[in-house]
Amino acid sequence: MSWLEQLKRSLVIARKDVWIYYAKGPVMVFGLIFPLFLLMAFTIGRNMTVRDLFPGLMGMAIFFTSTAVGPAILPWEARSRTLERLVTAPVEVWALLLGDVFASFVFGILISLIPLAVAVVMGVEVIHVVVFVLGMLLATFCFASLSILLSVYPPTDVPATVMMLSSLVRFPLVFISGVFVPVDELPGWGRAISSVSPLTYFVDLARYSISGISYYSAPVDLAVMTVFAAVFLLAAVKLHERFLPQRFS
Amino acid sequence: MDAIQVKDLTKRFRSFTAVDHISFSVVEGEIFGFLGPNGSGKSTTIRMLTGIVKPDEGTAAIMDHDISRDPIRARESIGFVPEMANAYVELTAWRNLMLMGELYGVPRREREERAGDLLRRFGLYERRDDQVRGFSKGMRQRLLLCMSLINDPPVLILDEPASGLDVESSRLIKDVIRDLNRAGTTVFLTTHNIEDASQLCDRVAIINQGRIIAVDRPEALRRMGGGLHCIELNFSGSVSENELSGFTCVREVRRSGDKLRLYVDDIDMAIGCIADYSRAHDLRILTLNTLAPSLEDIFVRLTTGVESDELAGAA
Repeated sequence: MSWLEQLKRSLVIARKDVWIYYAKGPVMVFGLIFPLFLLMAFTIGRNMTVRDLFPGLMGMAIFFTSTAVGPAILPWEARSRTLERLVTAPVEVWALLLGDVFASFVFGILISLIPLAVAVVMGVEVIHVVVFVLGMLLATFCFASLSILLSVYPPTDVPATVMMLSSLVRFPLVFISGVFVPVDELPGWGRAISSVSPLTYFVDLARYSISGISYYSAPVDLAVMTVFAAVFLLAAVKLHERFLPQRFS
Repeated sequence: MDAIQVKDLTKRFRSFTAVDHISFSVVEGEIFGFLGPNGSGKSTTIRMLTGIVKPDEGTAAIMDHDISRDPIRARESIGFVPEMANAYVELTAWRNLMLMGELYGVPRREREERAGDLLRRFGLYERRDDQVRGFSKGMRQRLLLCMSLINDPPVLILDEPASGLDVESSRLIKDVIRDLNRAGTTVFLTTHNIEDASQLCDRVAIINQGRIIAVDRPEALRRMGGGLHCIELNFSGSVSENELSGFTCVREVRRSGDKLRLYVDDIDMAIGCIADYSRAHDLRILTLNTLAPSLEDIFVRLTTGVESDELAGAA
């Protein structure tokens, strides 16, 4: 069967995910409110303009929305006993997972457009629009792929277990990614640590998009995010192929 | 042509061998029952046939598509209802069917026509726009069967299709299985209900501890009971099973409602003993029937090890 046919089935799975997991009031509200609250917690009392906040705000909005639901989908399907029927359909594991990634991607992009619009209305000017849009698409896909990778282990049918473990990865990443302090202002060890986070490169790119200033060059930011996305997706496919049968034992 | 071919299929989980070199084939157009106690390897076998679990050894093919080398084609040939499965309860019955049709690549017009037909056939058409959340267990099971048929598969694999259902749903599902089979669909089903297997299946395989110990027609399996006979009787007064099991020709005594079932080697000698016993205890025999061993009797004897070796040899 052609990969194009499998890709079409990925889109079917993505639509199913949106219907079932994303198009729900609490999920939407979480996607909108949570990054804003987190940002407020770290900026209140500090003299920062909306322009200063923009890279971190966009980074957190994209990161948290595109990883909000993805890790819970497979455990939830296993818990509600729909997974066995789904994985015995003529759909390759990569196509199934790509469907979940697409759904997280769409959710991440749509919700992140709201803080972007608010920032623009409040006077933030995006100078390098093409670079920013490309970076936003790439970052959202990268984080959506990470969200699927986060659900690999343990192969449980308890969504709360996976969400708790994924939070252990997601929250530290925010703190090491130059969201609150630009990378070039971090000490050497801080810069070294921040380089292992994909979020660092989007925040850096967002800063470049509005000011022309960045720690890494824009092509480097885009290239590293592409590599991260590919690694996350490939690792997710390989590991899910290995652990998926354990969800039924 | 064989619809399902299984050869030396084996699956191990660490040191435990769940399925141990099983081989069988299901001929196109037959209803094949797969019987076994809990933990015997039924579900693992089905999961290998449906491509969820990879076999450690051996091969299996559905409509000539090898499940390891060509899993997508093999799955396209299958309609599958897992044992503890559910439809998406947040979606309507109609959307569930459309979703499954799209995953199987069924063109839009075809899947809409087929979905309408299936929902009517299973008595769900009037509820097609309702969320599955409000469906009873029987309705959900009927919907799952509809979903498994949306791609008009040549092979239908059903894992305990009528388990825990009300009489109406159970009867409807069995009727549909027969109708589908008459129309040419090959059916592979597991069940705990021996009576269902006996009524529905052309052939059955009995699996125990990962090994197939018998494959044959239900009638032939009954005959494999050899010299075993069953006498069903009740007396005018209460009788202890222990007293009757003391007769030399009686192998086993089981209570069945208000009757007793005696499994005996020599029916003539056993009836003589029963008559002597009733006279000695001033009891009247109210009913006495001699029965051929049921498929259930054979199943219990095989899976508990009684005569399994000799019957496996016959299989």
